[in-house]
Amino acid sequence: MKPHRLGALFMRHLYLYRRSVPRLVEMFYWPLLDLLVWGFITVYLSQFRQTLPGFVTFFIGALILWDILFRSHQGISVSFLEDIWSKNLLNLFASPLSAMEYISALMLVGLFKLVITATVMTLLAWVFYSFNIFLLGFSLIPFALNLIIMGWTIGIITTAIILRFGQEAEVLAWALGFLFMPISAVFYPVSVLPSFLQTLAKAIPASYVFEGMRGILNSGTFSSAQLLRAFGLNALYISLAFLFFRWNFKVVKKKGLLVRIGE
Amino acid sequence: MPEAVVEIKGLTKDFKTLRAVDDVSFCIYPGEILGLLGPNGAGKTTIIHMILGLTTPTSGEIRMFGCDLKKTRQACVQNANFSSTYVSMPNSLTVKECLKVFARLYKVKNRNKRITEVLNIFEIEDIQNHMVRTLSSGQQTRLNLAKSLINSPKILLLDEPTASLDPDIADKTRTMLRSITRERNISILYTSHNMKEMEEISDRLIFLHHGKIIAQGKPKEVIKNYRGKNLEEVFLKVAREGHP
Repeated sequence: MKPHRLGALFMRHLYLYRRSVPRLVEMFYWPLLDLLVWGFITVYLSQFRQTLPGFVTFFIGALILWDILFRSHQGISVSFLEDIWSKNLLNLFASPLSAMEYISALMLVGLFKLVITATVMTLLAWVFYSFNIFLLGFSLIPFALNLIIMGWTIGIITTAIILRFGQEAEVLAWALGFLFMPISAVFYPVSVLPSFLQTLAKAIPASYVFEGMRGILNSGTFSSAQLLRAFGLNALYISLAFLFFRWNFKVVKKKGLLVRIGE
Repeated sequence: MPEAVVEIKGLTKDFKTLRAVDDVSFCIYPGEILGLLGPNGAGKTTIIHMILGLTTPTSGEIRMFGCDLKKTRQACVQNANFSSTYVSMPNSLTVKECLKVFARLYKVKNRNKRITEVLNIFEIEDIQNHMVRTLSSGQQTRLNLAKSLINSPKILLLDEPTASLDPDIADKTRTMLRSITRERNISILYTSHNMKEMEEISDRLIFLHHGKIIAQGKPKEVIKNYRGKNLEEVFLKVAREGHP
């Protein structure tokens, strides 16, 4: 893993975003739209505070945290698509760049993009709705870290699938993350899910983060054992995702698919 | 005979039931321009992709600078580069930004100096701040070629590099490629469908058909051996009859 090669790819994407207004708009458009819709729903529901549980006011926090996961996923998969769309993939892989270096660079690009988006969303949530995500305290760091790692995992798997099945699979760059949303307990507790989905939710690291967030905002406490479990699951999944990508990259080169997707 | 820059032995590539490259063996020597000729689907591009490690061979051996490509790919391709008409540079970046990215990727020393050099070689210094998407196809080809020289490679793999150039720029490009092979002892593996160009630029030719080498030698020898008036005539015989 050579830092200069990671730096080169990071720079390539930085150049891209620096002057591309549509790409910059895309970075903020959906988060802003989500924030407005869910923010106003929260404001509306808070008028019925006597009959509704308190956690409805946590929608905005859930939204910001979910966006961390989603942007982390997109940071990898959409950046990969940028290289396919510009027919530049072969130039990159004809260089000494390894597949693992490529993925690691995209992870950094994703991290950079989500830090910017999350900062803007946090500021807007505070300005528009007086919602302070930092109420979560230091637990915000492990929460965010878990969501970033899960987003990376989904991004790596998406990239591997697109490499294998070509641009027909590119819709996954946006869609795959949402597949995990219903069982991640983003806006509701795991307990409302049917029992078989509750079992599935227990295997999803993000569900522990969102349960933890609600716990803190409700009672000021959360289970650190559950958070450790989330880290454990994430460590397992991202390791498997790397192995899957590595294996898939070999298969793609063997089948001659890398050059087909790169031209 | 000097030590080969690239040595290929028994290279074979199967795609399901199709044998794209069939037991091909050849060497590329320092400072040599080796032309790969053949009809569409003859296996030229697949060979280039295998030398770059973009496609894995079914069997056979590729040695670059004396090392096994399979075991030391990263070190090998550090001293190689490639350009293809079918591969582009990121179109939302400027010419100079593209070269900066690739200079960093190959860890080029004195990056700015080297970028200026390659811009000058291909006479594109005046468009260095232009976005790639605004370039003509000829300018894009010259940018690809500039990128292919950014790391001062010892071996260049060029897949139809002049396909989109006008005759004037194509001629200048050939002259430039000839001069850099002489001055810097760079070896080039070159594919083109322009027979006149292949005749003019190649020190040696390899004729491929259905993945097999069916003829090789110096351009004049190949033409003479196969009783053609020129390379185009030999090529047409190969494409239509399957043999020279």
